[in-house]
Amino acid sequence: MNSNILKPQRIDARDLNYRELNRLVKDAANKGVKNIRLTNVNGQRYIGTGVNSSPKININGVPGNDLGAFMDGCSIDVSGNGEDGIGNTMNSERIVINGNAGDILGYSMRGGEIFVRKNVGYRVGIHMKSYKNMYPVIIIGGCARDFLGEYMAGGLLIVLGLNMKNKNSIVGSYCGTGMHGGKIFIRGNVEPWQLGKEVRVYEPNKDDFSLIGKYLRIYCRLFSLDFDSIIKTSFTKLLPGSSRPYGKLYAY
Amino acid sequence: MAKRPTPTEFIVERDKDKCIACQVCVRMCSNDVHIYDADTNTVTSDNSRCVGCHFCETLCPTDAITIKKNESCFKPNANWSASVISDITKQAETGGVILTGMGCDKPYTIYWDHILLNASQVTNPSIDPLREPMELRRYIGRKPDKIELNYNKGKVELKTKLEKQLKLEVPIMFSAMSYGSISLNTCISLAKASHELGIFYNTGEGGLHKSLYKYGKNTIIQIASGRFGVHPEYLKTGAAIEIKIGQGAKPGIGGHLPGEKVSKEVSEARMIPEGTDAISPAPHHDIYSIEDLRQLIYALKEATDYEKPVGVKIAAVHNVVPIASGIARAGADYIAIDGMRGGTGAAPKVIRDNVGIPIEFAIAAVDARLREEGIRTNVSLIAAGGFRSSGDVIKAIALGADAVYIATSALIALGCSQCQKCYTGKCNWGIATQDPYLTKRLNPEIGVQRLKNLIKAWSLEIKDMLGGMGINSIDSLCGNRTHLRGIGLSDRELKILGIKSAGEPQ
Repeated sequence: MNSNILKPQRIDARDLNYRELNRLVKDAANKGVKNIRLTNVNGQRYIGTGVNSSPKININGVPGNDLGAFMDGCSIDVSGNGEDGIGNTMNSERIVINGNAGDILGYSMRGGEIFVRKNVGYRVGIHMKSYKNMYPVIIIGGCARDFLGEYMAGGLLIVLGLNMKNKNSIVGSYCGTGMHGGKIFIRGNVEPWQLGKEVRVYEPNKDDFSLIGKYLRIYCRLFSLDFDSIIKTSFTKLLPGSSRPYGKLYAY
Repeated sequence: MAKRPTPTEFIVERDKDKCIACQVCVRMCSNDVHIYDADTNTVTSDNSRCVGCHFCETLCPTDAITIKKNESCFKPNANWSASVISDITKQAETGGVILTGMGCDKPYTIYWDHILLNASQVTNPSIDPLREPMELRRYIGRKPDKIELNYNKGKVELKTKLEKQLKLEVPIMFSAMSYGSISLNTCISLAKASHELGIFYNTGEGGLHKSLYKYGKNTIIQIASGRFGVHPEYLKTGAAIEIKIGQGAKPGIGGHLPGEKVSKEVSEARMIPEGTDAISPAPHHDIYSIEDLRQLIYALKEATDYEKPVGVKIAAVHNVVPIASGIARAGADYIAIDGMRGGTGAAPKVIRDNVGIPIEFAIAAVDARLREEGIRTNVSLIAAGGFRSSGDVIKAIALGADAVYIATSALIALGCSQCQKCYTGKCNWGIATQDPYLTKRLNPEIGVQRLKNLIKAWSLEIKDMLGGMGINSIDSLCGNRTHLRGIGLSDRELKILGIKSAGEPQ
């Protein structure tokens, strides 16, 4: 075994366009390097997309849109903020964002986990879906904007609302519009006007807390947060009113 | 209020002298039209259930059955037709959106029937395709602006790096139909026929069934807003990737595959739980602009190491010209434009029949604009939406298409009788259904042969027409509108189509 692959490989992203940078990442991954450290990342798109093996990619700087799009195998840790389209149609493994993230995070993701330390933008978790043992999970430390979990078909979305400023609302409007599968847990209250009409509100039960706990423990460990104090606050559980919200739309 | 009887569309006529009460029709009809009475040993019919698919007629061993249109329903009325009264009645009863299948059946002008082809006489000889080579091969993908060559000790090498291309032996491909909307046997027929013909078929948004991976080299895989079945292996398997923005039969709306059609196998291909609805949102929520589209095009290129063409399919709508220009600039390798007569497995009838524009205008206008802007070679154009014959195909190519997509004609080759009931999932021909009792009626081996026959026949006809024009390569006809003339069209229509009127010389 080549001992070089055990050493973290450092790639300086300064002045590289995304195609050049991603080529270097893919080449390193193809050689079997297990740890890739990218420095001076400044808006380069698609990092982690099309990486065939399973390295850990640490990103220093701000990665561009579609971070980890179609990702399957590698995992990504971003030291700061992320932009739009993180984990687009992602299939497995984990993306960790230590700051804020932008819009459409986890669009259509089918598996893996996305953990965001702070806030996210609009249209997060749209059309998440699960299949067999693939179960996508998104945990947002701060708050989310409008259209969270729209058309959600499976998986788990948790919004913690940590460090919220007083005037902020934990989620925006149209939360769960068209939702027909999966679960959303919001730590705190959601007003009825914020919800899509396909969503129903429940009190989480014991099973729900063990489901939340399973992923929240990992989240808290990653971000050095106190699990016990977070879990003891009340959560709102959102489920779809029907698995077939549009079944009665048509005349046959 | 008394419930108005649902008007029956068809009358099943049974010749009592010929009927031997063998009950083939009873067993075969998925709509339960035929009823056997053991006491009298006779078969009768419930006309109200007949969809007019003619399957029983085809199978009846004694030719006892004839399906006829029911003429007697309502007083003839050009405005309040039987179908209008029937739809209003249905909506008054259910409060629902009227669904339909296949393409728009309204009598809008079919411009193919108002365009005439040229032929050579005296001044340049026509070519006999039976004796001389005739090239129908097309390449789909971005072409270089110029070709640079290296001359090395008498050897000539291509210096320009060519972008990935799809090589088509015939300028016809099978358009997107998802596994789920059509049966696996239909998918296999299309895939295998494509493989043997050297062309491509398209998965639609149905993912890829495991038995279809071996046809990957002849498969265009589709990415639509629901991203069903999209995973790295799927992306790697296809010869090209198509981002589906819209469809000619239902521009601007999404799709709902009802849970009943999501069988175990369909669920595996789409990667969603069995029996759940597959809902494709109307837009891709990661594409709200041309810039966003570019982002997805390049995400897919990154995901597949720039080894495959990435195309974009849109419906032909009023603004198709600037949209296509944007798509060309967004880096797509091809643009597929689907006209308003394109088919569907299910669409709201009001949308199918009222939204979009015919493909003839769309392809002519887009080709002209891309040429004006000097970006026509950046992108290939594929025309789709109701191609009925080789005549339509060759006219589309002369208007500017690089190739065409066909689907409805392919299904007709497999038995489809255009009954427009695909959305019920009860297709007697085994095409638009997942019911194992029905799907086994389509034998893929026979299906492959019939599709190959159709494409072979159209190819022969295209060669004949090309030869008649004195052209020996389809490439020389692409966008060559001097070979077209319009008949019975207004000046404005001729202008949009970019053709002269019949009777006008060059």
